[in-house]
Amino acid sequence: MASHAIPTHASAASPSSEQTGLWSWLTTVDHKRIGILYLYTALFYLLVGGLEALLIRTQLAKPNLHVVSAETYNQLFTMHGTTMVFLVVMPLSAAFFNYLIPLQIGARDVAFPRLNAFSYWVYALGGLFITLPIFFGLAPNGGWFGYAPLSGPTYGGGFNMDFWVLGLQILGISSLAAAFNFITTIINLRAPGMTLMRMPMFTWMSFVVQFLIVLAFPVITAALFFLQFDRFFGTQFYEVSAGGDPLLWQHLFWVFGHPEVYILILPAFGLVSEVLPTHSRKPLFGYNVMAYSGIMIGFLGFGVWAHHMFAVGMGPVADSIFSVATMLIGIPTGVKIFNWIATMYGGSLRFPTSMKFAIGLIAMFTIGGISGVMHSSPPSDLQQTDTYFVVAHFHYVLYGGAIMGIFAGIYHYFPKITGRFMSEKIGSWHFWLNFIGLNLTFFPMHFSGMLGMPRRIYTYDAGQGWDLFNLMSTTGTYMLMIAGLVFAYNFFSSRQRGAAAGNDPWGAPTLEWSIPSPPPEYNFAQIPEVASRYPMWDLKAPDRTEGIAHSHADAATIADAHAVPVHEETERRSAKELGIPMPFPTIKPFMVALGILILFSGLIVLHAGHFALAMATMLGGAAFMVGSLYAWLTSPLE
Amino acid sequence: MATAAAAGAHEAHEHAHYTTTGLNHRKIAMWAFIGSECMLFGSLISTYLVYKGRSVVGPFPHEAWTSPTGQVFKPILNIPVTSASTFVLLMSSLFMVLALAAVENKGKPGYEGLLGSSKFWLAATAAAGATFLGFQAYEFTSFVHEGLTIKTNLFGSSFFTLTGFHGTHVAVGVLWLMTMLFIDMKRGLQPKDAINIDIMALYWHFVDVVWIIIFALVYLIK
Amino acid sequence: MSTDRVHADHVHEHPTWKQYKWVALWLFIITVAEVWAYYIPALVNSKAFVPSILLMMVVKFTIVVMFYMHLKYDHHLFRKLFTGPLTIAGITLVAFLFLFGKL
Repeated sequence: MASHAIPTHASAASPSSEQTGLWSWLTTVDHKRIGILYLYTALFYLLVGGLEALLIRTQLAKPNLHVVSAETYNQLFTMHGTTMVFLVVMPLSAAFFNYLIPLQIGARDVAFPRLNAFSYWVYALGGLFITLPIFFGLAPNGGWFGYAPLSGPTYGGGFNMDFWVLGLQILGISSLAAAFNFITTIINLRAPGMTLMRMPMFTWMSFVVQFLIVLAFPVITAALFFLQFDRFFGTQFYEVSAGGDPLLWQHLFWVFGHPEVYILILPAFGLVSEVLPTHSRKPLFGYNVMAYSGIMIGFLGFGVWAHHMFAVGMGPVADSIFSVATMLIGIPTGVKIFNWIATMYGGSLRFPTSMKFAIGLIAMFTIGGISGVMHSSPPSDLQQTDTYFVVAHFHYVLYGGAIMGIFAGIYHYFPKITGRFMSEKIGSWHFWLNFIGLNLTFFPMHFSGMLGMPRRIYTYDAGQGWDLFNLMSTTGTYMLMIAGLVFAYNFFSSRQRGAAAGNDPWGAPTLEWSIPSPPPEYNFAQIPEVASRYPMWDLKAPDRTEGIAHSHADAATIADAHAVPVHEETERRSAKELGIPMPFPTIKPFMVALGILILFSGLIVLHAGHFALAMATMLGGAAFMVGSLYAWLTSPLE
Repeated sequence: MATAAAAGAHEAHEHAHYTTTGLNHRKIAMWAFIGSECMLFGSLISTYLVYKGRSVVGPFPHEAWTSPTGQVFKPILNIPVTSASTFVLLMSSLFMVLALAAVENKGKPGYEGLLGSSKFWLAATAAAGATFLGFQAYEFTSFVHEGLTIKTNLFGSSFFTLTGFHGTHVAVGVLWLMTMLFIDMKRGLQPKDAINIDIMALYWHFVDVVWIIIFALVYLIK
Repeated sequence: MSTDRVHADHVHEHPTWKQYKWVALWLFIITVAEVWAYYIPALVNSKAFVPSILLMMVVKFTIVVMFYMHLKYDHHLFRKLFTGPLTIAGITLVAFLFLFGKL
């Protein structure tokens, strides 16, 4: 995008980011507003998934409780996993992808603004599709991993798993569309002078994650299509009596599922890699190694899937290969941990809430990482598989890792998004309640798991040595709920009354801090020409980056006709005044998403036995989708 | 997924905006999409191969089968017919590159006659694609008549799913081709529109190479 | 940005009819060879059959990708975007064949 006005477009109507009202949110194509939509929606689902966890833990608080029925319990743990993975952590990451990537690379929007809106609406509608059935007792009940044949027509004949299979297909469309968008954005919309090795680390990790999505999601799409065809059209993919192999589902699912783990954690790694240098007032230690280890994690992530399946007996060769690959992946991950510690070493440290959460991530993720290395050894894994030890492990990496990192990101970027600070005092309460609560919940699970308590059981008898540990876990969960309420209060009250934050409240080094908070609709009035990895420190604290390659402005920069050197922008003028063409708001992406939802709903009607109505729904949905798509593609962007 | 790609493929800042690499947004997105499709078809083909020879009842692709009731089924794959449809799809790729060359070089010397007629080559590509789909419809119906449906056995399930997915991709391609042909007839495609044909061609050729793999692995290797 | 960078993707000249017709001819010949091989029982029963079909498949695949999809001429970025996922898909496929006892 040229930074100077292109006179012919100056007359183009510019939508204002000051617009409010439901319609403006339905039609927005501004990456920042879409990011905010992702943030609010995903925080809502965090509450939903948290309440599900609360019910699960209440049921397990003491032996032989009957707080919920066994069937409800199955629905709760299935929806807890599905919600947290697909409706909370991925969309929270997507909120940051949307909000931050264009700002960090010095762009005015993503490459395909309308496709971006489409991704959000598919997610929002798909989330409702998979969540609402719980109010009718029809929520998915076969586990978030949907192991066939339990999820197939023979053992899962009700509507429950229909919603899971179709809901995940819908959500996959959202993730894939967003991934193509961000790959193109990062490749093609970096500001002049921003080489790959000058990109902020969050953008780097996001870049890796987009490739993981592009490569992992088609595999579960295929696996889900087989399951969908088994359920709706009578195919035999997972039908054991016809020669079908349940292991096919498991392999396909985990070829997706393990990269998915890195899809969940790498954005959080990226966020803390922004927070730690800022509050250590020191460049990220080993930037290149951090970037390469992210790529390494992504690549190796495709070669470790069967460590989820050691218990099925794949034979010594396969077990050895997947075991060694899993141990190998610990290396780049460990490198990251040490680099974060080295970033803080000798730094001039500050401890705002975001920093507390970032350091919390380092500590908690390390615990989860170490128990992960324990699982990589098949003999050890055979003792731990399907016990609460595994539950402890992945909650340390996902709650202690991904969620802590995302909270660090929320506290760090809240001033940029809203123009106001969150309360540090309440934030500190939130952090400590959260930190103690999470350890109280998940640490005892190591013990209950080692004592043999299996995952996913509805209740248990007394006298097996599990009672105390379960009570501790339940107490911790209530504490986490209180921490969540403290956070919600802080979030909404700071949104209204927080202290005003300027462009750069933390003294951070990257481009997003050079523009006003909240940023104007066009982000950068003039596209900056980047000459270093930490452009804002070159302006304000040049001593921090001396002697580190790429970190300080070098003499030989690209002379660009339009761009201007990195500078702080303080003026706030409308895009129209500046002559910057902005994309038109449009409802069409929402309509295409709605068409997809109707199309998939038709299969539920088919299962209900109304053939004609099902056909009408599917054909109507498809026609609506294709029609809206053509309307979208034939209307001008800006 | 095809929808999402098509949406991405058509949308972008059309004007001479700054880009880092100088490459077209949509072309980058299309290659990323094709990378993604490699994994989709990789999964479908893996499944077909993993289930090869595991069906407990016939009909089978390459072997005859006698049912418990004494009914005899021939090997079901029809190599001559499929060879013909393979040839048609390969030729469609030639027509596609000629359509692209015609749009890119419109008005240049050497492109006055048929070689410069983008309408002809777009129509020829779409017709070849439709012919391929016709062959596939013939193949599917004759299989059903011979007693193989998607429900019959693992071979039926994995075969119809794999080739059906490929056929759906061809159908989307034909729709896309006809849309571009419609635009060409309405206002005439110019060299500046070549990028749109280029991106569509990438999709079309990818669908062709997937068929090259399916033809060898499913039809020829016993 | 200067115009030459904005239009960089048009700098690489695509091949013309002269090359395309040879590409099409080779694809046709290899396809004929594939089908021909299928009808030689001695070859089909020999160990050489599967490798030779796979070889011809790979050659056809490569020709289409390099010439028709212009990867030979286009920006190196596109080559990376394609060969990376293709490699992972290939490795995964071989791993599946191994895990299900097909190798």
